[in-house]
Amino acid sequence: MKRSTALSVVALLVLAACENNADDVEKPFASRYEPLASNTTLLKGATILTGTGERLDNSDVLLRDGKIAALGGDIDAGDATVIDASAMWITPGVIDVHSHLGVYATPHVPAHSDGNEMSMPVTAEVWAEHAVWPQDPGFVTAMAGGITTLQILPGSGNLIGGRSVTLKNVPGRNVMEMKFPGAPYGLKMACGENPKRFYGGKGQSPMTRMGNVAGYRTAWIEAADYRDKMAAAEKGKGEAPMRDLRLETLAGVLDGEILVHNHCYRADEMSIMLDIAKEFGYRISSFHHAIEAYKVADLLAANDTCASMWADWWGFKMEAFDTIRENAALVDRAGACAIIHSDDAYETQRLNQEVAKVMGAAARVDIDIAPERAIRWITSNPAKALGILEHTGTLEVGKMADVVVWNGSPFSVYTKVDRVFIDGALTYDRNDPSVNPVTDFSLGMKVSAGGAE
Amino acid sequence: MIRLSNITAAFLLVAFAPLASAETIAYTGATVHTMGPDGKIENATIVIRDGRFEAVGSGLTPPADARVIDVDGRIITPGLFSAMGRLGLTEVSAVPATVDYYQSGTRFSASFDIADAYNHRSSLVAVNRTGGVTRALTAPAPSDSAAHMPKQVFSGLAAIVQLGERPEFIANRAIAMVVNLGGTGSAEASGSRAAALLAMRAGLDDSIDYRRNKDAVERGQRREYSLSIEDLEALQPVIAGQTPLLVAVHRESDIETIVRIADDYGLRLIIYGGAEAWMVAELLATKNVAVILDPKLNLPTSFDALNARLESPAILAEAGVEISFAGDRRSETHAARNIAQSAGNAVANGLPWIEALEAITISPARMYGVDDQYGSIEPGKEADLIVWSGDPLELTSNPDDVMIRGEQVSLVNRQTLLLERYMQTDSDKPPAFRK
Repeated sequence: MKRSTALSVVALLVLAACENNADDVEKPFASRYEPLASNTTLLKGATILTGTGERLDNSDVLLRDGKIAALGGDIDAGDATVIDASAMWITPGVIDVHSHLGVYATPHVPAHSDGNEMSMPVTAEVWAEHAVWPQDPGFVTAMAGGITTLQILPGSGNLIGGRSVTLKNVPGRNVMEMKFPGAPYGLKMACGENPKRFYGGKGQSPMTRMGNVAGYRTAWIEAADYRDKMAAAEKGKGEAPMRDLRLETLAGVLDGEILVHNHCYRADEMSIMLDIAKEFGYRISSFHHAIEAYKVADLLAANDTCASMWADWWGFKMEAFDTIRENAALVDRAGACAIIHSDDAYETQRLNQEVAKVMGAAARVDIDIAPERAIRWITSNPAKALGILEHTGTLEVGKMADVVVWNGSPFSVYTKVDRVFIDGALTYDRNDPSVNPVTDFSLGMKVSAGGAE
Repeated sequence: MIRLSNITAAFLLVAFAPLASAETIAYTGATVHTMGPDGKIENATIVIRDGRFEAVGSGLTPPADARVIDVDGRIITPGLFSAMGRLGLTEVSAVPATVDYYQSGTRFSASFDIADAYNHRSSLVAVNRTGGVTRALTAPAPSDSAAHMPKQVFSGLAAIVQLGERPEFIANRAIAMVVNLGGTGSAEASGSRAAALLAMRAGLDDSIDYRRNKDAVERGQRREYSLSIEDLEALQPVIAGQTPLLVAVHRESDIETIVRIADDYGLRLIIYGGAEAWMVAELLATKNVAVILDPKLNLPTSFDALNARLESPAILAEAGVEISFAGDRRSETHAARNIAQSAGNAVANGLPWIEALEAITISPARMYGVDDQYGSIEPGKEADLIVWSGDPLELTSNPDDVMIRGEQVSLVNRQTLLLERYMQTDSDKPPAFRK
């Protein structure tokens, strides 16, 4: 065979390969996250909270090829780098189910305000990921607080604010390099005061909570119609409607591909939202800022809907007036999925402390929450709400090696994160600043991101 | 060991007027952090009479007329002192009718005295008392940046309140003059921080001129002033070096500038915010300038705070700067009790434990010059104390007993009542019928 022919054949083969993969053409904005290089690492002799509800004392974790390879006592090190973790506690990577890092980046200047497309009350067509600034120094300080995965949400100014995105907390050049592979999208919805205050103030709908509910239902009716027409067209019945970004996202919820994250403070409104979800056949993955979740904990359990809560934020508006510190404890006690979230670049650095506050308050009324149970509120439960529990959120063999090593119990105010591993790679080491990321914005300062270097 | 002679105790009884509470109480078996010269005392007895500490010492026999409370080795500290906030000046932040910490007019600035708006029945008071806060500075805020209001450099006069259940609720009126400078402060003035500083200097100069020429002013024979007569009156104790200026500022260069101005005018100065104060710690120590900061501040939240860091409290204290803690806008008001968490975080980042406890008890009392009245467990002082279920700075600890001015206060509040109601999950009645 002549050389030129050979080349042609190769070219044809390549072309053919491309054609064969036509269905696999990378979707726009698909994840291009690549884990950092990792060594096989054995963390030895630690107190381990697995995130499944178990506590293992004096035990080891083996991280290999980015996964949890083994868990238990006396694991053979092999060629692993061995780290003495005998005074340490180990937990799954902390997951913040409610973050605005990147879309409301620090410094908090108007130019960084990218979370609320308040041009109309339903903006399901916008995607938080299109506004995420990976140079937000908050990603780095969050890592120093143990955050390995986080959901970035649009704000709550709209009834339906747009798509959220779930990220690995590994700063990249763009959001695609941070996107959690395989994580479903979320849809941000908002109850209550925010939408009606903003639009009502302009003399538009929604002006009341009645208007809020009418707005959601109208949107779902349109979405169901769009979904039905699309489905019919696929079966050759009728013409497909023009692609509509807004309805496409909403139809994704009705098809169960996009998870609903619903900002909702009051018990009565959460109850109404659960009825709307039933009316249109979708599930609410989690209520967020669920100040009054404790009043309807049984309903949450029955509907398999999580409640994402703060420990003690209160009083900043009417719908936040009935806070109790024991909220998460009562939700947990009712058998519902309790989550502690941040909504804040500072609180996200110490979700463990917020959990501890709830534990302390609950103990006062004889609800004792063991550390191995409490840790679920910031690991496996948020993983469940985000639809990524099969990949992360617990320390189980085969899962992503997203791991936090603490220098004591994570529920002591004095405890700090010692090391963070994401997909088995060491991404933060309190005692070795050379390991730690520094965002572009922090370059040239006397301290970068809180002295976390 | 007995730390105080009966003679001294008797003298102190004469020297101080009794407060409202009549009951004599003795706590025994306590681990006391007095935050006074006696430091930590094991197996301590604390005697409270007429609302004040009468005696504190190891193994003291309680007086015969005292109700004795044995605390079984638990830790007792002075009540917590929130050094900056707006307690009692708001109920729900987003409900303007409940918000009294700023005003929209131009008629008053320095003379805007927040004490008259204080509401001791605010739900915030009871919640924070339950968390161990017994004293709080409650301060006017800069005018609401969201509203289109005239902007002023002097925000007005702060007061210290006591969170007990009996009057007088205002412990110390007009205890500090609040000033807003830096990036936000300059926005309050004319857009440049230089203009804000000019406005401040003009106010101070006018105050001095007014003091020297009151008669001429009354006769209308003096130039126009930049502030009203009420404001100039309010600034008199400030220019006399008695009432401290409480200046909200973050940036290193702004702190240096305000320290220089305070020096020029002979003013007492407290920095509030102070994200970059650690960079001028030696200067602040030399000039005796105190700093109220948030130990959790570690992000470049604004261009004024680019070098915020978690080690700030430790660095400042090491240099000899008097420090205290306040949280962000949320913590200042509704969650003032989280100053204990702030103190714990400062410890996690290098501040010695006892200095963190100081920062939320006696230090703010010293900053505001009221440490002769309260802030530590010493004979003669007003009896504010907390019996803790554990380490006071730990998140899982709770106050078991809160005493304010000699009186054990109720630990019931809206939040505990809500909890009680909704814990009754086996009730067949709707919540409104559960009592």
